[in-house]
Amino acid sequence: MKLKALILSLVLCLLPLGIKAQEVAEDKVNVPEIIFGHIGDSYEWHITDIGQTKVAIHLPVILHSSKTGWHMFSSARLEEAEYEGFHIDPESGKIVDADGDRPFDISITKNVLSLMISAVLMLVVFLLTARWYRKHDALNEAPTGIAAYMEPLVMLVHGIAKDSIGEDYRRYSPYLCMAFFFILFNNFLGIIPFFPGGANVTGNIAITLVLALCTFLAVNLFGNKHYYKEIFMPDVPGFLKPIMPVIEVFSAIMKPVSLTIRLFANMMAGHILILSMVCIIFIMAKYGGVLFGSMSVVSVLFGVFCDMLECLVAFIQAYVFTMLSAIYIGLSRPKAEHE
Amino acid sequence: MNLVTPDSGLLFWMVLIFAIVLGILWKFGFPMITGMVEKRTAHIDDSLRLAREAEERMNSLAQEQKKLIEKTQQQQSQMLKEAAVSRDAIIAQAREEARHQADLMIEKARVEIAAEKESAMRDVRRDVAELSVQIAEKILRDRLAPEQKQAEYLDKLIGEIKEETK
Repeated sequence: MKLKALILSLVLCLLPLGIKAQEVAEDKVNVPEIIFGHIGDSYEWHITDIGQTKVAIHLPVILHSSKTGWHMFSSARLEEAEYEGFHIDPESGKIVDADGDRPFDISITKNVLSLMISAVLMLVVFLLTARWYRKHDALNEAPTGIAAYMEPLVMLVHGIAKDSIGEDYRRYSPYLCMAFFFILFNNFLGIIPFFPGGANVTGNIAITLVLALCTFLAVNLFGNKHYYKEIFMPDVPGFLKPIMPVIEVFSAIMKPVSLTIRLFANMMAGHILILSMVCIIFIMAKYGGVLFGSMSVVSVLFGVFCDMLECLVAFIQAYVFTMLSAIYIGLSRPKAEHE
Repeated sequence: MNLVTPDSGLLFWMVLIFAIVLGILWKFGFPMITGMVEKRTAHIDDSLRLAREAEERMNSLAQEQKKLIEKTQQQQSQMLKEAAVSRDAIIAQAREEARHQADLMIEKARVEIAAEKESAMRDVRRDVAELSVQIAEKILRDRLAPEQKQAEYLDKLIGEIKEETK
């Protein structure tokens, strides 16, 4: 059994030696382009190449230009030439018009499609779970099927809410569940290297920004009067009174910023790490022979390691985001002053 | 590639999708699940508490039963003891009475025997008296056969009576 696995892995390591060696060795491997092409957003979802044929999903482009109004067409039309006066700026990878201005761009990009896939997945999973509870007598039956899988996770988040928020945690628990599973689903979809996954959704700052803003709103819209009193009229010595609100407001703003950056940077770094490991194989191709073979083994091993690490990080980041959100919400609802 | 500039299109879709999914799951998803699980947790806690109480009650019942059995046994032995005592008492009393009766009967028998003896003695005495009278009659008849003697005897008797009356 062990011998078989060893032989298989050796053969797998030698595989790129035969196929890609000449191909890659010819032109220099542009690692940053490969990596940023993978972690960035794009107007088409490039799945794979079969021989010379590109297999990709061409996603719809939706634009509103102040000059020419609404436009909607397939991204396939932008592949080579410009279409309806728009082309993809090679530097930023975004659609610009003839003058180089950005139109209002709400195209269904790769990340948007991935978002939709994860949204549908979430809806299916949780509506089915909720359906189980509606159809069964949960008081006298242990959960089975999908409910048995999702219940511990849901109750984990519910427990976080209960521990961090206190009394009216039930009000916030659905939001925290939503944030947790949204991040978790997208993180795991991002780790899957082929079609339904592979998009770097949670490693995109727009996504994490929206999530963090939701937490920010939950904290600041529903903060009670003690919370606001502590920000604007804290119980501190007189000379601190003018300084404290500034510090408090700054800290209130920094909380969502830190949430945004933490999730975004962690997930993006994970994707970069794995892609770099894979790229080592192609960089080493031109050196050929022993170096290529041995580095391939090393990079495959490290790639596997990074993938496992990413699975861990995918969960941890979802957990951390949820827990911090819960703690911030809890802090916005302090009990009456300790007098 | 500007990684740290949020893209407006993605922001738009993210807000839209997130809001829709959050709305649907807030209404039909998570509260349903957490609510039911919380209800079940409460139910389980309740059941466990009831089971514990029932066990306690059962234990106390068993103890009570044990106590009751012990008490019954005590009563039984006491009753047996009492029965033995009263049996002895009854036997003793019966014996006493029997002796008393026997004494009475013996006394009565003695009295009767004495009475019988008395009457027998009386009979014997009467018989003896009769016999002696008869014998005396015969002797007198025999002695008083001649008439002279009869007269003498009469005189003598009269003299005796006279003397007596004086």
